Amino acid sequence: MIKEKIIQILSEQYDVDAANLSAESTFEDMSFDSLDVAEIVMTLEDEFKISIEMSSDIKTIGDLEKHIQSKIDAESKK
Amino acid sequence: MSFNITGTGSCHPKKLVTNDDLAGFLDTNDEWIRTRTGIRERRIMTDESLLDIAVKASAEAIADAGVSASEIDLLIFSTLQGDYISPSTACLLSKKLGINCSSQFDMNMGCSGFLFALDIADSYFKSKKAKKALIVCAEAMSKLVDWSDRSTCVLFGDGAGAVVLESGNGFKDISLTVNGEYEHLYVQKASGNIPFFEQPEQKAFLKMDGQEIYIFAVSSIIREISSMLEKHSMTASDPDYYIFHQANIRIIDSARKKLRQSGEKFPVNLDRYGNTSSASIPMLLDEMNREGKLKKGDILMLCTFGAGLTTGACIIEWNK
Repeated sequence: MIKEKIIQILSEQYDVDAANLSAESTFEDMSFDSLDVAEIVMTLEDEFKISIEMSSDIKTIGDLEKHIQSKIDAESKK
Repeated sequence: MSFNITGTGSCHPKKLVTNDDLAGFLDTNDEWIRTRTGIRERRIMTDESLLDIAVKASAEAIADAGVSASEIDLLIFSTLQGDYISPSTACLLSKKLGINCSSQFDMNMGCSGFLFALDIADSYFKSKKAKKALIVCAEAMSKLVDWSDRSTCVLFGDGAGAVVLESGNGFKDISLTVNGEYEHLYVQKASGNIPFFEQPEQKAFLKMDGQEIYIFAVSSIIREISSMLEKHSMTASDPDYYIFHQANIRIIDSARKKLRQSGEKFPVNLDRYGNTSSASIPMLLDEMNREGKLKKGDILMLCTFGAGLTTGACIIEWNK
């Protein structure tokens, strides 16, 4: 569900063709630089109501999904 | 009763450095810089001193206001680094211009220096300690960046902006937020040759984590603007202009989209000057004033963010 949401936001707000996206898709392949990734992360923070710590480990859609999932899990344990 | 802005002035060094010029010695190119930052060129000091450009900007502002330098009773000089550590540049500027007031000093609040200076000026006007103030913001960023670091040196430029303030009701409100943190944006002092120094050697080069600062700038300036609008029962469409600190066009675009306002409300000069730190807002104000873009009654929302980390929003009604 998180991955699907990420792909939906990328295609609706950032003009990326959803048909080509998977967990392995890298932001570099989508021609996003570090500020684009920051912008996407901020949009997802609003969407999922969490705060994501920026990290150079976030290179693919799958990485982003894992970060968001672990934040949601941490929040629900509180 | 606080102040009106009654005069503006600006000055940039004569040397123009294009992105192609930088590509001559850095592993970068015009397209990369332009698309990622919006900057095409910047002005860099060669044989001018910071005082030279500050004097010119100040003289313009004083002439624009139709006052004389001897009437100035408050001088605030905002800069990251003057030509001298001591004496303060305010003292040197006063001598050059013929200003004789005791309320004068330098201040350093990074890129947000102009708004912090306006906040101080507001206090002086409200306490009636000042009737005619000169605020000068002058920056020699070229002396602080590492010219071998393509991630930072391409972003900054040199310049000076000045405003004259006189008693009036143009200044409406200001909100400034400080979140003390240096990790992602700082300039250390050079360590010198002290024989007793026990820390690692320091070079006076600006260091910045662009991604972290982008996130900070965009999220915090939107919070600052939204709170200010709400406090005054305004909507985002009420300000006639949002005058942003000119750091990166993508920060301005991101904020503009979140506020859902048209591009004409977000004037820009970073394409021609790069990030001139605290000088950027007064330089832009001067440009808009000279080009006749500001009309009496216009509501300006000045928006700033920078090293500190700081953010600020200030509502001023243009009464000139």
